[in-house]
Amino acid sequence: MAKNPEEEHPVKAFGWAARDSSGVLSPFHFSRRENGDDDVTVKIFYCGVCHSDLHVAKNEWGFTNYPIVPGHEIVGIVTKVGKQVQKFRVGDKVGVGVLVGSCKSCEGCQQDLENYCPQLVFTYNSIDCDGTKTYGGYSDVIVVHQRYVLRFPDNLPSDAGAPLLCAGITVYSPMKYYGMTEPGKHLGVAGLGGLGHVAVKFGKAFGLKVTVISGSQSKEVEAINRLGADSFLVTSDPAKMKAAIGTMDFIIDTISAVHPLLPLLSLLRLNGKLVTVGLPNKPLELPIFPLVLGRKLIGGSDAGGMKETQEMLDFCAKNNITADIELIKMDEINKAMERLAKSDVRYRFVIDVGNSLSHP
Amino acid sequence: MAKTPEQEHPVKAFGWAAGDSSGVLSPFRFSRRENGDDDVTVKILYCGVCHTDLHAVKNEWGLTNYPIVPGHEIVGIVTKVGKQVQKFKVGDKVGVGVLVGSCKSCESCQQDLENYCPQIVFTYNSIDHDGTKTYGGYSDVIIVHQQYVLRFPDNLPSDAGAPLLCAGITVYSPMKYYGMTEPGKHLGVAGLGGLGHVAVKFGKAFGLKVTVISGSPSKEVEAIDRLGADSFLVTSDPAKMKAAIGTMDFIIDTISAVHPLLPLLSLLKLNGKLVTVGLPDKPLELRIFPLVLGRKLIGGSDVGGVKETQEMLDFCAENNITADIELIKIDEINKAMERLAKSDVRYRFVIDVGNSLSHL
Repeated sequence: MAKNPEEEHPVKAFGWAARDSSGVLSPFHFSRRENGDDDVTVKIFYCGVCHSDLHVAKNEWGFTNYPIVPGHEIVGIVTKVGKQVQKFRVGDKVGVGVLVGSCKSCEGCQQDLENYCPQLVFTYNSIDCDGTKTYGGYSDVIVVHQRYVLRFPDNLPSDAGAPLLCAGITVYSPMKYYGMTEPGKHLGVAGLGGLGHVAVKFGKAFGLKVTVISGSQSKEVEAINRLGADSFLVTSDPAKMKAAIGTMDFIIDTISAVHPLLPLLSLLRLNGKLVTVGLPNKPLELPIFPLVLGRKLIGGSDAGGMKETQEMLDFCAKNNITADIELIKMDEINKAMERLAKSDVRYRFVIDVGNSLSHP
Repeated sequence: MAKTPEQEHPVKAFGWAAGDSSGVLSPFRFSRRENGDDDVTVKILYCGVCHTDLHAVKNEWGLTNYPIVPGHEIVGIVTKVGKQVQKFKVGDKVGVGVLVGSCKSCESCQQDLENYCPQIVFTYNSIDHDGTKTYGGYSDVIIVHQQYVLRFPDNLPSDAGAPLLCAGITVYSPMKYYGMTEPGKHLGVAGLGGLGHVAVKFGKAFGLKVTVISGSPSKEVEAIDRLGADSFLVTSDPAKMKAAIGTMDFIIDTISAVHPLLPLLSLLKLNGKLVTVGLPDKPLELRIFPLVLGRKLIGGSDVGGVKETQEMLDFCAENNITADIELIKIDEINKAMERLAKSDVRYRFVIDVGNSLSHL
């Protein structure tokens, strides 16, 4: 007989879960496994609210297994380590990102690309190696295999740094892979939300010229004055779009809604690369002529492996890069989700779990 | 008052042209410019029949300026050179490909990528620097600036080597650019026509494992026995397609009709690259999930620059690579075009210009 979430494991846990496709979250008692020899127990302080959390809470991708506790931008403190754990001690500040398990033997895992492992275990809404469901960071504690725990740099603020665990690596990884690190090159960032605003910061840290590409004028002043973008391009301004044709070496496309690719492709110069990290849930139209006539490409990327996520965190520590966040209490999550659905956030909500997740 | 094609220039020329969008070709008198200081006069011996010629004579892309003399896979003999010409002498065997002019100063031209020059002058159906129309290789003579003339290797047969000037470089260039030259990697070639069959030969010469991906089993024996492909995959065989999922490092997509990308993307491994050199005239449907979840990319490529075309010819000479052709007389061109429209050719028609183009 299937055990209920509270009885499945020996370690009591408490969080907020969505129970149906309304996506509304509410208090939820569950449990975590005993801390094994390779495990690290993390008391959660902060958890970022990723747009994926919203998609999954509402079952927009069709594979949600309710009840779900979302959250994969976790920062906390180690409270227990297993016998085989060398890298972490009690009291260390650590992070947990989008995955907590993988097969460790496939081509992806062997190349430190666990994020592409076909047997990937996501931090929430996956089935773990022991057959039980994984629950994410909108909760007080998580127990994770040491391989999937990140060292969180001391000089990075835990709250503003939390979104790096997903938003950060999601743009960092393709920026490295697709070669967007050559100083002086011109990067366009399409969409200015959680992913986009971090991409702007990374772009500037890599020495690129950065143009934000947006559907509306509203974020222009911020983009330039606060985030450091060099320019701002509104897609609905035909004259400005025309003047920008063939001027960009790369575009990171963070837009998660269905949108036309042709205007973005036209902004690229010869050999230009458009990399998509948003996940529209319907197919897009791909015109072939622009790809062929300018030797352009469109590529995808999905989060990043553990090694690269650590590299990204260390890069952020060195360059003082964090997300711009709005800190919320746990019981404000539903309102935050509503605002997130309207992109009404500068630029990531982070739940102050440590101070606001109280057991009823 | 506009001069007629015969009167425009001082050097008499004779060829076959299409006069309207029926695409039917017939004898046509015109003229070539005087051989200038930088020019090379080429007596044309052979000209390949590229699918682009068919698109152009029927005005399928809406760009045709009738009358049009197609043909951009030209092999011939030098009969005259201008004062400034060092690289070629009378009697040399030479080739002329898809372009006969460019601006020589833009970013593309400076990188030996004249094929991407915004002011490119195509071998036919373009306006040359003197304001007159260019006419292609279905003719007895052509006069070309030395910068756009290729040295045709002596040990390559002129007839079977002619298609290399377009089909050859069209697949060679992206195979180099997208890194498809690592021995042991697995290349899929989608579509087995003029481009596809040359891609198979190049793939084997680069030491790749090569699988031909085709809509029908009809070319299987040839692909393996004659062209040297390692395997053959029919897209309408679900079991075989399923078994091939995630097995290819690259795919060259030579299919010019609109076709689904998803089955091809599924054949790629992690980090796989699909490169399209066909030119469907409508956008294709692009699902983003496969790109993102496997860090895959779709790129385009358009022929190649003069330097790379020369490199490709020399590579073919070294590796004894030519096209598989069906030699035809000029007055068989209309029948050949009809067969080409049905992909009924193993794998390129070549016009025996030298022996069959007789003045009326």
